[in-house]
Amino acid sequence: MSEIVAAEIQTTHIVDLARSGQRIDGRGLDDWRPVTVEPGFVKSADGSALVHVGASAVLCGVKLETGKPFGDTPNAGVLTTNAELIPLSSPTFEPGPPQPTAIELSRVVDRSIRAAETIDLTKLCVAPAEKCWICYVDLHVLDHGGNLIDTAQLAALAALTHATVPAKRFGVGEADYPLEVAHFPIECSFVRLGDRIVVDPTFEEEAAGQGRITVATDEVGNVVAMQKGKVGAFSPDEVVETVERAFQHGDRLRAIARAA
Amino acid sequence: MGSVGAKEVPELLNAEGRRIDGRRLDELRPISIKIAPLTRADGSAFVEWGENKVMAAVYGPREVHPRHLMETDKAIVQCRYNMAAFSVDERKRPGLDRRSQEISKVITEAFESVIFTEEFPKTSIDIYIEVLQANAGTRCAGLVAASLALADAGIPMADLVPAVAVGKVAGRIALDLKKEEDNFGEADLPMALVPQSGRLVLLQMEGHLNRGELREALDLGVTGCREIYRKMREALRARYEAAGGAEEAEAAA
Repeated sequence: MSEIVAAEIQTTHIVDLARSGQRIDGRGLDDWRPVTVEPGFVKSADGSALVHVGASAVLCGVKLETGKPFGDTPNAGVLTTNAELIPLSSPTFEPGPPQPTAIELSRVVDRSIRAAETIDLTKLCVAPAEKCWICYVDLHVLDHGGNLIDTAQLAALAALTHATVPAKRFGVGEADYPLEVAHFPIECSFVRLGDRIVVDPTFEEEAAGQGRITVATDEVGNVVAMQKGKVGAFSPDEVVETVERAFQHGDRLRAIARAA
Repeated sequence: MGSVGAKEVPELLNAEGRRIDGRRLDELRPISIKIAPLTRADGSAFVEWGENKVMAAVYGPREVHPRHLMETDKAIVQCRYNMAAFSVDERKRPGLDRRSQEISKVITEAFESVIFTEEFPKTSIDIYIEVLQANAGTRCAGLVAASLALADAGIPMADLVPAVAVGKVAGRIALDLKKEEDNFGEADLPMALVPQSGRLVLLQMEGHLNRGELREALDLGVTGCREIYRKMREALRARYEAAGGAEEAEAAA
């Protein structure tokens, strides 16, 4: 019970602060926490990246294997994204089959990568209808400090950007070569705190938030994916405002991800 | 969406600006609504929307299963969106796949945003959406059906929740995509509106839209939702006028 009371007091405090343009960690309403990107963190993967956004940490590992293309896309390779909310990253995560939160996380990350045509899947075709590359993007959440979607998406993009196609290992070429990344979508999430909308929410702000919205933008001025989540609502004008903010944050974060 | 290496793209928009089924860009498919088609559920609705057929039922407020999900200060909302194995061209493996689980989650959150859950502490409001025949826009048809089923069950809530998907077809923003348009379209943006507040409780998007197109799509979707809202209210009113219960009609409206 005391936990519930504490949480309610904190929620009120967070919302009150937002009203006066402040946040519990001293940021402005439109400021991100510090972002670090460490590519190549796991040598056993064909591509990997450890991304920190404030207290959140997500490790992404990319593995490529050969397999058979799907029947309805004989000329394309396969991209598949999976996220695990492992119990070490939060007291509320339990072992077992993926819960809706993990499924939403992986699908929203996947949606941005796929819709932006980050990887040209036709280039992952080895022999039509016979053989193609299957690109597994596995997201391992290590520390849940809030805004896992954006942290995981940055990790996925960075891991793909630094991935190698293991052609030699699978006997489909003389040498390994870098995976070609055609576009750089960046996801940017917001939560509503009262009548304010703040970017890159912490764990506590997400808990206090009344609705979350995620906007993925690419480097040529397109919105490529969106997802409203959690209980709450946004007006169309507010959606348009978050899109504009997402474009601005996207440009800056893209530079960080690509420079790493 | 995302038809990599796909077959030939059909002509989605002709020279007269008509779509594959003759609709204009801002035109909805025909919608027919049946309130309370089921006998055992506390509330139910059947929606035929274009070639979609979706049944929704509501049970509750009732005891919470499993019990550990119980909340002491409000009702919980549990929604299950499921597609029948025979609802699509190629048989779908029965049960909830990842897509269905994600849709169940966002629909649950949409309804939690409008239901007055604090009126029924320690209970569960269970919403079941069964897609029997699918032709694009099933999550929106499911939301509409479930919203009507909630009204039929007498669950107090801020408003009905109309929903529709907007997309981009042959470079133009279009309302309420059907399957061919969805498969070969350039963007898909399903949304659900709370008409009284003008706010969106469900919003997803995939594809490519620039800033101007996104604004246009949101506006077109809101207009579409308001038209669906009228049809939903008419259907509820017709049902309760036919039943002769003036009080029930008021409760539903």
